[in-house]
Amino acid sequence: MSESIEKLVSYFEFPFVRYAFIVGLLISLCASLLGVTLVLKRFSFIGDGLSHVAFGAMSLAATIPVMIKQAALALSRSGELSPGVQGVINFLGGLNDMVIVLPVTLLCAILLLRTGQNTRIKGDAAVAMLSVGALAIGYLLMNRFPSGANISGDVCSTLFGSTSILTLKPEDVTLCIIMAAVVIVVYILFYNKIFAVTFDENFTKATGVNAGGYNLLIAVVTALIIVLAMNLVGSLLISALIIFPALAAMRLFKSFKSVILCSAVISVVCAAFGIISSLLFSTPVGSTIVLADLLVFAAFSLISSLSRSKQ
Amino acid sequence: MSVQMRCKNVSLGYEDGIVTEGLEFTVSKGDYLCILGENGSGKSTLIKAILGLKAQVKGDIEWCGDTKKNEVGYLPQQTLVQRDFPASVREIVLSGCVAKSGLRPFYSKEEKALADSSMKRLGIDTLSKRCYRELSGGQQQRVLLARALCATSKILLLDEPVTGLDPKAQIDLYELIASLNKEGITIIMVSHDINTAIKYASHILHIGSRKQLFFGTREDYTKSMSGMEFLGTQEDENV
Ligand SMILES: Nc1ncnc2c1ncn2[C@@H]1O[C@H](COP(=O)(O)OP(=O)(O)OP(=O)(O)O)[C@@H](O)[C@H]1O
Ligand SMILES: [Mg+2]
Repeated sequence: MSESIEKLVSYFEFPFVRYAFIVGLLISLCASLLGVTLVLKRFSFIGDGLSHVAFGAMSLAATIPVMIKQAALALSRSGELSPGVQGVINFLGGLNDMVIVLPVTLLCAILLLRTGQNTRIKGDAAVAMLSVGALAIGYLLMNRFPSGANISGDVCSTLFGSTSILTLKPEDVTLCIIMAAVVIVVYILFYNKIFAVTFDENFTKATGVNAGGYNLLIAVVTALIIVLAMNLVGSLLISALIIFPALAAMRLFKSFKSVILCSAVISVVCAAFGIISSLLFSTPVGSTIVLADLLVFAAFSLISSLSRSKQ
Repeated sequence: MSVQMRCKNVSLGYEDGIVTEGLEFTVSKGDYLCILGENGSGKSTLIKAILGLKAQVKGDIEWCGDTKKNEVGYLPQQTLVQRDFPASVREIVLSGCVAKSGLRPFYSKEEKALADSSMKRLGIDTLSKRCYRELSGGQQQRVLLARALCATSKILLLDEPVTGLDPKAQIDLYELIASLNKEGITIIMVSHDINTAIKYASHILHIGSRKQLFFGTREDYTKSMSGMEFLGTQEDENV
C-alpha cells in the first residue's frame, strides 16, 4: 500500500502528470453539469452524434497538412516543395487541432438541434447519418493520408483517448482551463433558464423567454464540452462521461439542484479515482474513468431499489 | 369591461391541412371562457396559437389594453418528460418567474415571495420540498397551476386541467380555478365536460368540425341549438 503511495507521489512530481490530473478533473466536472439536462431533454443522442463528428473533424485536422503536401508534390514538376508551400504546411501542422475541431463540432451541434426539433424520427435519422458518416470519413482520411507510421494507434487514441492526456503541453492546459471556466460560468449564470427550458420548454416559450436561444446555448456548450473531453476519454467514451453521473444522481436525489451537485461530485471523484488507478495499474485513462462511473451507477441503482423495496 | 384579447377570423392548421377556420371571439378582463369541442377539433391548437407557440394560418390574434402577449400563465397537458423529472415543488413553482427575471441570473426576494405565496394560495406550501414525480396527479396539477400564477396575475390558459383526476379532485380543481377567477384573473380553459362549462364559465366557445359553432355568454349557449344538441348527445352517451 505505502509502496503504491510512494509510486504515486513520485509520479506527481512530473508536471505532465499534474497537468493530466487538473485537466481530467475539470473536463469531468463540465461534462457532468450538462448531463442532467441532456438526459432529461432526450438530447443524449446529440452528445453521441457530436462525439463522432468530433472524431471526423479531428482526423481532418490531422490529415490536412499531409493532403496539402501530397497535392503540392504531385503538382510540382521538380518533385520538390517550394518554400512557400512548405511554410503553409508547417504553419498548419503547428496549429492546434482545436482550430478545426471546435468550429466543425459547433456547426454540427446547431444543425442537429435544428433537425432534432422538427420531428423525432427525422432527427434520430439525421444524427445516425451524421455520426456514422463522420466516423467513416474520419477513418478513410486517416488511412489515405497517414500523418504518422502507426495508423491504427492514431485511430485508437482518437477513439479511446488512450495516452494523449499524458502528452499535454502547458498551452493545452491553459486552453482547457479557459474553456472549462467558460462552461462553468455560463452554466451558473443561466442555471435558472436552463432549468426552465429543460422542465417545460413550451411554458417557458409561452411566457416570452427565448427558449430557442437557450436550446442553442445548451447545444453550443455541449459541443464545447465534447471537444474538451476528446482529449481525456476519446470520442467513443464521451457520452459515458456525460450521461453516467447524471443517471446515477437521478436514482437517489429528488431536487434538480441536488442532482446537479451530486453528479458533479460523482464525476470529479470518479475522474480522480480513474486517473490515479490508471497510473498505478497502467490501464487506459478513459476506460478506467468510465468504469469507475459505471460502478457508481450500479451502486446507486442498487441503493435506490433497496430503499424502494423497504418502503 | 376592457377587452384583453381579440381573435379575428383566425384559421388554424398544420402542413397537412386546415384544422379549423373562421374563429371570431373576444376575451375581456375577468371573463371565464370555456372552449368546447370534439377530439381533434383544434382546441389545443388554438391554445398554442394564443400563446404564440404556433402561428395561425390566417387572421389576427390581438392583445389589447394593458395585457401583453407574454403576460400569460399556462397549464399544459402533461408530457412524459415531466413525469420522471427530478425537481422539488418549489423549484418548479419558482421557474414560473423565469420570464420576469429577464437576464438576471438569480431570482430576487420578491420573486421567491411570489412563489411562496402562490403555493400557499393553492394549499401546497407543505409540499414545497417534496419531489414532483412522487406527487399525486392532483397535487402535480396544483404545482403547475402555482407556477402559472407566478408568471401572471392577469390571464390563465388551461388545457384540459382535470384530465386523469378522480371526481373529487376534479371538483376541487374546478372550485380553485373559479376562486382565482373571482379574484380577477381571466380564465381560458379547454374542457370536454359541458356540464362544468355551463356551471363555471361566463362565456363559451364551441368549435365544431372545421368551423366555429358558437361564441357567446353561457346563458345564450344553453338556449342555442348547438348547445342542446351537444347536451343531448352527452346524455345519450351517459345512458
Ligand atoms: N403537430 C401536429 N402536426 C400535424 N397535425 C397535428 C399536429 N397536432 C395536431 N394535429 C392535428 O390537428 C387537429 C387538431 O388537434 P388538437 O390537438 O388541436 O385537437 P384537440 O381539439 O385539442 O383534441 P383533444 O380533445 O383530443 O385534445 C387534429 O386533427 C390533429 O390530428
Ligand atoms: Mg387537446
